[in-house]
Amino acid sequence: MANIISDETIEYVGILAKLELDEEEKEQAKKDIGEMLDYIDKLNELDTSGVEPMSHVFPVHNVFREDVVANGDGREITLANAPEKKEDSFVVPRTI
Amino acid sequence: MSLMGLTAVSLGKKIKAGEVSAIEAVQEALASIHEKEDVVNSFVTVEEERALKRAKEVQKGIEDGTYTGALAGVPVAIKDNMCTKGVLTTCSSKILENYIPAFSSEAVLRLEKAGAIILGKTNMDEFAMGSTTETSAFGTTKNPWNIGHVPGGSSGGSCAAVAAEECSYALGSDTGGSIRQPSSFCGVTGMKPTYGTVSRYGLIAYGSSLDQIGPVAKDVTDCAVILETIAAHDKKDSTSVERKDCDFTSALKDDVKGMKIGIPRDYFGDGLDAEVREKVMDAAKTLEAKGAVVEEFDLSLVEYAIPAYYVIACAEASSNLARFDGVKYGFRTDEYDGLHNMYKKTRSEGFGAEVKRRIMLGSFVLSSGYYDAYYLKALRTKALIKQAFDKAFSQYDMILAPAAPTTAPRLGDSLNDPIKMYLGDIYTISVNLAGLPGISLPCGKDSKGLPIGLQLIGNCFEEKKIIQAAYAFELTREYEHCPLAAGK
Repeated sequence: MANIISDETIEYVGILAKLELDEEEKEQAKKDIGEMLDYIDKLNELDTSGVEPMSHVFPVHNVFREDVVANGDGREITLANAPEKKEDSFVVPRTI
Repeated sequence: MSLMGLTAVSLGKKIKAGEVSAIEAVQEALASIHEKEDVVNSFVTVEEERALKRAKEVQKGIEDGTYTGALAGVPVAIKDNMCTKGVLTTCSSKILENYIPAFSSEAVLRLEKAGAIILGKTNMDEFAMGSTTETSAFGTTKNPWNIGHVPGGSSGGSCAAVAAEECSYALGSDTGGSIRQPSSFCGVTGMKPTYGTVSRYGLIAYGSSLDQIGPVAKDVTDCAVILETIAAHDKKDSTSVERKDCDFTSALKDDVKGMKIGIPRDYFGDGLDAEVREKVMDAAKTLEAKGAVVEEFDLSLVEYAIPAYYVIACAEASSNLARFDGVKYGFRTDEYDGLHNMYKKTRSEGFGAEVKRRIMLGSFVLSSGYYDAYYLKALRTKALIKQAFDKAFSQYDMILAPAAPTTAPRLGDSLNDPIKMYLGDIYTISVNLAGLPGISLPCGKDSKGLPIGLQLIGNCFEEKKIIQAAYAFELTREYEHCPLAAGK
């Protein structure tokens, strides 16, 4: 395997991905990402110098509208899905 | 024959003519579901009462002239990544095990406006990440042709439900082949339209620049009618395209004279099963005999599509799936210590292994220091792949290829080797990268009795050409009901 993923990298990616992996999962992730990167490295065979990165196949523009409520009051139906709620709010653990 | 053995359009005609009612159609669908679900497991959720209630309303609407379209009163199954107001929508993930959307996706609304009756939500690979429907948190769907085999994925539930005749037709979504490949494995017809043709509003995003909703049905006519019904510009999807040429049924003509069909030599090399190759080449000969001009050519860059796809799709997925954090909806972990720990535990317990694998890879390729080397490199590769297709379509009206290199693998054979599973998408994935339309339809079976799919790929906005060729080809064959549907 050409790409060796370090413990530090897996820790860092776990923070970015907001995932908590146990030791076994970490070892598996190191192996999986390494193997995928070996495979993805195939792209380096291609000379892409001077090629613009293409994010969308057609030109995509922002769609603007007036800032007017169009979908009505969905408070009750929206909060119905909340894992925890209080009055008109979602409840989360203390943030500060 | 059961009403579910009919095409959607034939059933719609019978309902319109008053030969059967929408209620009888739904009752037959539900009876078929009851009979087969234990074996096939196509559905995550079946909405029995709701469907029967709706059937009564629609029947009344047909009688009083509210619903006049071809799909009025016809029962449909919806892939479980499309939001349905008031109906559980799970993406086959534990993290959305209890999510009941407050709104419906635009494609579903358009079907309902046309008088469709939703039976329930179909099983899929978790968040559409997989090619076998085995990554679902709610059990594997079985291939109705042989229950020891996978139905393909990620729209495996939708394709199995159509093949098993548990519904008249279904909606699927296709990010890298997720409609076309399971359609091929299940012996049904599925279509991915040009990117931007069907609104993605309410489709739970996987790879936003690649995702498209499309029809799964028994034949090309059904696909054209369904696509015509769901295709429309939608302001709620900023990537929705304004098209004036969505009269897809006008292309249902038995005429391929002079059509130029290109066969990419590089799609017929190593890794392609000999029986699949034979049946697909037979299909090319059939089209040639009907007057098409068939030529081989070199598409190039084929081996770069899968690595480019996995970088782009995983990068987009890592961003799209950041919203699942246990705050506003879905699963939340029981015990946690502070906000960040809640996010992490919720996500780690809520997502399955393949989803975590792709989020990790996506986060990695977008991280500082690797963004240029991986993410931008993949986007540059995508530009080159698009150019290769542009060149091909300057010479050919369409490209003919297999939908998948093999027929349906055995259950459990794909999961232990992710890269091997990814390689199964080699003929479908570049179509998504280039935003093209593609259709898969049955063209034969292998010696094990498993269906083989023929794929026709068109240039952007040229669905009509592939619909016309697919229709002409289909007229040379009979639709074959799978043994399970035939009650064997």
